[in-house]
Amino acid sequence: MSDAPFRVLPRITDRNAPFWASGRDGVMRFQRCQACRYWIHPHSVLCPQCLSKDLAYEAVSGRATVHTFTINHQPWMPVPELPFALAIVALPEQDGLRFTTVIVNCHVDDVHIGMPVTVTFEAHEDEDIWIPMFEPERS
Amino acid sequence: MATKPEHLTVISGVGQSDVGRRLFRDPLELTLDACVEAITDAGLTTADIDGIATYPGAVGDPPGFSGGGAVDVHDALRLNLGWWSGGIERPGQLGAVIDACMAVAFGLAKHVLCFRSVYEGSAQGQGGRAAVMPGGGGRQVIPRAGGFMEWVLPYGAPSAAPWIAMMAQRHFHEYGTTPEQLGQIAVNARKNAALNPKAIYSDPMTLDDYLNARVIASPLRLFDCDVPCDGGTAMIVSHVDTVPDLRKPPIRVEAVGTALHGRPSWDQFDDLTTMALRDAAAQMWSRTDMKPSDVQVAEMYDGFSFITMAWLEAMGFCGKGESGPFVEGGHNIARDGVLPLNTHGGQLSSGRLHGFSFLHEACVQLWGEAGARQVPGNPEVGVACAGGGPMGGALLLTQSR
Repeated sequence: MSDAPFRVLPRITDRNAPFWASGRDGVMRFQRCQACRYWIHPHSVLCPQCLSKDLAYEAVSGRATVHTFTINHQPWMPVPELPFALAIVALPEQDGLRFTTVIVNCHVDDVHIGMPVTVTFEAHEDEDIWIPMFEPERS
Repeated sequence: MATKPEHLTVISGVGQSDVGRRLFRDPLELTLDACVEAITDAGLTTADIDGIATYPGAVGDPPGFSGGGAVDVHDALRLNLGWWSGGIERPGQLGAVIDACMAVAFGLAKHVLCFRSVYEGSAQGQGGRAAVMPGGGGRQVIPRAGGFMEWVLPYGAPSAAPWIAMMAQRHFHEYGTTPEQLGQIAVNARKNAALNPKAIYSDPMTLDDYLNARVIASPLRLFDCDVPCDGGTAMIVSHVDTVPDLRKPPIRVEAVGTALHGRPSWDQFDDLTTMALRDAAAQMWSRTDMKPSDVQVAEMYDGFSFITMAWLEAMGFCGKGESGPFVEGGHNIARDGVLPLNTHGGQLSSGRLHGFSFLHEACVQLWGEAGARQVPGNPEVGVACAGGGPMGGALLLTQSR
């Protein structure tokens, strides 16, 4: 029985299943064009650069920096904790490759733009969904 | 040389239903009250109306988001149509009106009835904003997230408030914008709303009141967020050849803008401090010889206060990153300032009528019909724009009296 907190989970399809299951081994993966090596997010069926359909999920480093953030106080829906730090993080693998997430394992007042963070996962094992979250990089 | 298509189109009449926080009225009645008033205002009858354009069309979800679609109004008024359209995938809410302009210029219709109505106030009832949010407390069924919601619902962020908050935060970081500056958008709107009998919030609000309100999603506070309401807004787009048939001198459409050059995404768009408004505004100015300094009244979308700041920069009313200093103290954007802004109180204080109220107010001001809130000096050039994030549309309007 999972002790994961309540979350509205993504609708899993053939296209996004590898993304959401990726954290099972502690690694974050994004779609990548096998022809021109372009990282693709959100998932698609072809590469927007070269139009190749030869796509596969590949591991990223899991490191990122906070591009921007907000401390959300309003209860829009059931969440484990209020307030929480919602952020858009920038991944070093490709210019403009960003991911919307939450910053965890630190006080919300310590979150700032430019903050180095690394991926961690909240397990929803019953669903084989591992939600990527980010925490301050350990020095 | 061919006539510019915009110059084939005019706005001939506007209408608005009763507006309230929670009216508990049939939403179709609010829609049709606005439509009938607009038709009458133009000096037309239902027999003259041969086109319909609406946003977002007849959608049932989220609750209260649409008070009726094109088909509802078509049948209720027994119209004979040459062209019609209703839908949500367009460059902002006013994209529907721009579609109407194109249909008129194309010769498919002579008088297009454009409308938008909402009943979000009644729909959310006492349940707060969560009652109408995907995944919020008012829903019977727990959804599984798809589309863009796939990327935000698992994190508890179904509202545009935290998405726009992150854009504002980035603007604060890059340009040194302050809460006191952002607050002027809300304070100015409240000041103007006091003169609008239909406004939801008309009690005076100081900058301190604004700063002392609770934080929704930093840096956005309560009064940075528009207030859900019930009401309908409508206008008629007519062909310029029909001007002799109209009740009053029409508003001329000088230029429109609809462009979106970046990714249609709330988090992948290249410059989050600018958003799609940059491209829509630039395209609008590329279609006219007029300049930002010609504009005498600006009605610019404020679903969240920061969106208006982004429109100010996109429109060139101030430089990139300079909206903070431009609005500081509130003098520039006051009713008697260099750029009277959101003279009806915006959605922040006059209610979330969702886009169309900005065009309605621009027309009312250019006709000199705004009563106590009329901008002094008979303004002849106005801008109306709507949308935020990855969608935006704009119209430049003129009226010579």
